[in-house]
Amino acid sequence: MSESVSDTPPLPETSQTEAELAETGAGFATAVEHAAPFVGRPAAAPANVVGRRPRRGDFVYYGLRNKKLVVGVSLEILFIALALIGPFLAKYPPNALVGPGLSHPNHTFWLGTTNLGQDVFSQVVSGLRMSYLVGLLGAVCASIVGMALGFIAGWRGGIIDEIIQLFTNVLVMLPALVLLIVVGAYLQNRTIFFEGVFIGLTTWPWVARAVRAQTFSLRSREFVDMAKLSGKRPLSIIAKEIAPNMASYLFLVIILLFGSSMLLAASYDFLGIGPTNLVSLGSMMNNANQNAALFFHLWWWFIPPGVLLTGMVAALLVANVGLDEVFNPKLREQ
Amino acid sequence: MSVSVENLSVAYRSRRGDLTAVDNVSFTLADGEIMGLAGESGSGKSTLGNALIYLDQRMKQTGGKVRLDGNELPIANTKAMKHLRMAEVSLVPQYAMSALTPTRKIGTLTDDLLKSHKVRNRDEVFAEMKRRIALIGLKENVLDKYSFELSGGMRQRVTIILSTLLNPSLLIADEVTSALDVSTQRAVGEMLLEFRDRGYIKSAIAITHDLSILAQIADTITIMYAGRLAEKAKTETIIGDPLHPYTQALIASLPDVGVRHDTTTLVGIPGRPPSLTNMPTGCRFRERCPFAFAKCVETPPFVEVKPGHQVACWKVSQEEANK
Amino acid sequence: MSTIKVDQVSKLFRATSRSGGLTPALRKVSFELKPGEVISLIGESGSGKTTIGKIILRLVDPTSGTVTFDGKDISQYSTRGLRDYYRHVQGVFQDPFSSYNPIYRADRVFELVRDVYFARLTEKEWDAKIEGALDAVALNPGDVLGKYPHQLSGGQQQRLLIARALLLDVKVLVADEIISMLDASTRVDVLNLLVKLKRSGLAILFVTHDLSLGNYVSDRTIILRQGAIVEMGATEKVFGNPQHDYTRMLLTAVPELRKKWKHTPLEVAVAANGSAVAADVIEASPNGAVASAVARASLLDELSHTEQVIKRDLRTMFGGTRKASTKSSTVAVALEPPALNEFEPDHLVAEPE
Repeated sequence: MSESVSDTPPLPETSQTEAELAETGAGFATAVEHAAPFVGRPAAAPANVVGRRPRRGDFVYYGLRNKKLVVGVSLEILFIALALIGPFLAKYPPNALVGPGLSHPNHTFWLGTTNLGQDVFSQVVSGLRMSYLVGLLGAVCASIVGMALGFIAGWRGGIIDEIIQLFTNVLVMLPALVLLIVVGAYLQNRTIFFEGVFIGLTTWPWVARAVRAQTFSLRSREFVDMAKLSGKRPLSIIAKEIAPNMASYLFLVIILLFGSSMLLAASYDFLGIGPTNLVSLGSMMNNANQNAALFFHLWWWFIPPGVLLTGMVAALLVANVGLDEVFNPKLREQ
Repeated sequence: MSVSVENLSVAYRSRRGDLTAVDNVSFTLADGEIMGLAGESGSGKSTLGNALIYLDQRMKQTGGKVRLDGNELPIANTKAMKHLRMAEVSLVPQYAMSALTPTRKIGTLTDDLLKSHKVRNRDEVFAEMKRRIALIGLKENVLDKYSFELSGGMRQRVTIILSTLLNPSLLIADEVTSALDVSTQRAVGEMLLEFRDRGYIKSAIAITHDLSILAQIADTITIMYAGRLAEKAKTETIIGDPLHPYTQALIASLPDVGVRHDTTTLVGIPGRPPSLTNMPTGCRFRERCPFAFAKCVETPPFVEVKPGHQVACWKVSQEEANK
Repeated sequence: MSTIKVDQVSKLFRATSRSGGLTPALRKVSFELKPGEVISLIGESGSGKTTIGKIILRLVDPTSGTVTFDGKDISQYSTRGLRDYYRHVQGVFQDPFSSYNPIYRADRVFELVRDVYFARLTEKEWDAKIEGALDAVALNPGDVLGKYPHQLSGGQQQRLLIARALLLDVKVLVADEIISMLDASTRVDVLNLLVKLKRSGLAILFVTHDLSLGNYVSDRTIILRQGAIVEMGATEKVFGNPQHDYTRMLLTAVPELRKKWKHTPLEVAVAANGSAVAADVIEASPNGAVASAVARASLLDELSHTEQVIKRDLRTMFGGTRKASTKSSTVAVALEPPALNEFEPDHLVAEPE
């Protein structure tokens, strides 16, 4: 498997801040008076602004009407429900040897059994949970580190920014896969916690870069000057003035991190360097592969985990695109 | 006459229905006339000017006609307008200095522009462009530069040259002097006058909130308020002897150079213009007008009260009728 | 005395043009702002007028020179000292809308000040203070409190920002182009407000490019060009009897309602080297230099944009002239500004550069 599996998904298209959203308004622009066909950016209207700032109500309104968002979220909710309830429906523990090996799906074993006689359905629902867990861990870690470094670098600039950028660039070049293999070899027992944190600590660079860029552009805004003139400290300014203006963007970033963490974890598991003795979707596919499931047409073993994984991540990404359209009026189809 | 706008109405589409930004506007422009279209924010002047050349998806024409040189201008039909843009009707947009794409040299940009308008004799047009560049005091090497290498004023003037290169009948100049320094303002103003005098443009509509610039370059001034025309007359009349209460208040609020606060106190206009979503009935200025009376709840027509002087005000109409 | 003294302040920026080097945004600018005084800082783009305002507000640090307030160097303040400074010195900027964080309500600008300066006031006392400030700027509390910035007009936004400054014990206000984005009818209200505040002792640095506005409100005027002062003094003297070429050019170029420009047709002449040159002449100034507004504007454009580049050389950073050669021309802009001579009492004029 090539290194490309560790490629992070592309940045969301928009880098619109809340401020810009407020200027362009939802639907008909605040720049009623300044509709200039050639120039893309409407002016911040001087007096008598007619437009509306997109309020929560607007987001809900457009959100409910955005097909991608609705479909993505609904599917995701379905998967989450399956992950939550599934294990209660499963009759057996995922690793237990409970039946004849390689049996087709029947009413005892809804998705059949593995070569060792483990219930595939139990494994799948357990694996779902693991995927969500590692997704959460990875997303949280990457977000915290990426945002912290991004804000610091963007706000301070100068030598601190240079140092952080150096660090970021080095980390980007490190082959995470190789690192995982090496580190994993030293650990007796790899837990899912380790996997999640590892993914988080190797995927934060693009978050940091994006947050840094946004912070740079926001910190020269006049309302930041106003906060400075009010005696506010930098931390307070970052937390209360800058970050909220990036809120929608940060939200999108976290969703993307979630999805990419799940995928990465599945790839690591497939390669066999995931958590030891843990049943996950990736490890199932690994086992299925090693037992030539494809060759022997043991579809119930490798198709369910693959489909579920694809479904989970795809639903998330589709919802993300939809959410981007909701946040960014310019992307909406008229 | 060169341009004739008859009962034009333009609205913006919104979630709450159509919001009329230009309400039943009629005026004419003679050949060679530079008309200033003045008003404050929310008056509809930009919408009106831009509607004459490009109605984007948010806007729609809800009534009226526009004629250019006798022929109807199909402003609602974007495709049909495509042939006429730049050649017959041209626009210098607001923030024109940002309208030049930064990744191409000015010369290449011009070439692209001419090609996209299917201009055949490009070499001749290029030569003409070089002449015009020299005319306004820029060096020919401007064509080899990228837009970011030029200052704001230079970019503005280059954009004006580009917009007028095909000698359009009507030029719409949207706030062309707003973001400029005083010296460049003068250069741009003089440039527009010069171009009109030489016939590069037949007539022009200069949209701005700055009456003092219009005092320099416009032959006539039209004052717009809340989507409707308030007054139209020769420049000297608007400034020296305005009849509409809004115009009078506006002129009175502008300081001449030399006026100091300890000798004269200027007075603003109390209140704010009505918003698009909440238009009052009748005369839209009546809530801020010191002369409002009973009849003002009816919409005053925009009529000629003196030769060449049109006003939409009941008080003025009555006074003139009584004379 | 709460005076702001700007002393030989220079600011060099890293130039963004392709030739690199440093741009002098300000060149040894010195002046004093006394209580109850309004100074108009007039300049075009690239003159450095906004930079000076930001330096006084300590949003930008000068490369050299000092700014003192009440005799104390403002760059030496501790965090606490800086907070005290902001109690007395505040700023209002050009684009009122940008000064508000659009995701919060407009009156949050008051709350920002409260946390740091008025933490001990009770709710009632705070409300009374706000009402007082709003009253001073002629704003109706019902019209502006609880609203989002986009629901207020530009004039209301500006006045709210001035009210915020008045909540503190402000003695100096830096008003950076605060009128230019407002409509004509609201401009006057804000201007008159400034006059009223000045009469009650506030010192105002009124940064603008609009000469008629500067003339209306200010006691003294400073004309800035390319980072250096070219003329300064009492407003009547500077506007009534301008001595510097640049001031005169500004005054002839500014469009006035009741006076038309003298428009002469442009002609294309051929210069010595064979290239076409615009050759119109409007008026000759006393020292023989002739230029039309058009040609002058072109020249100034080029000067201000590409030629303000000085190659970095630490030895000559604070003195001397360096010729900056770009591909188009070589024009020198010295770091040392032209000397100011007293033409008459309270009217200084710089020597031609």
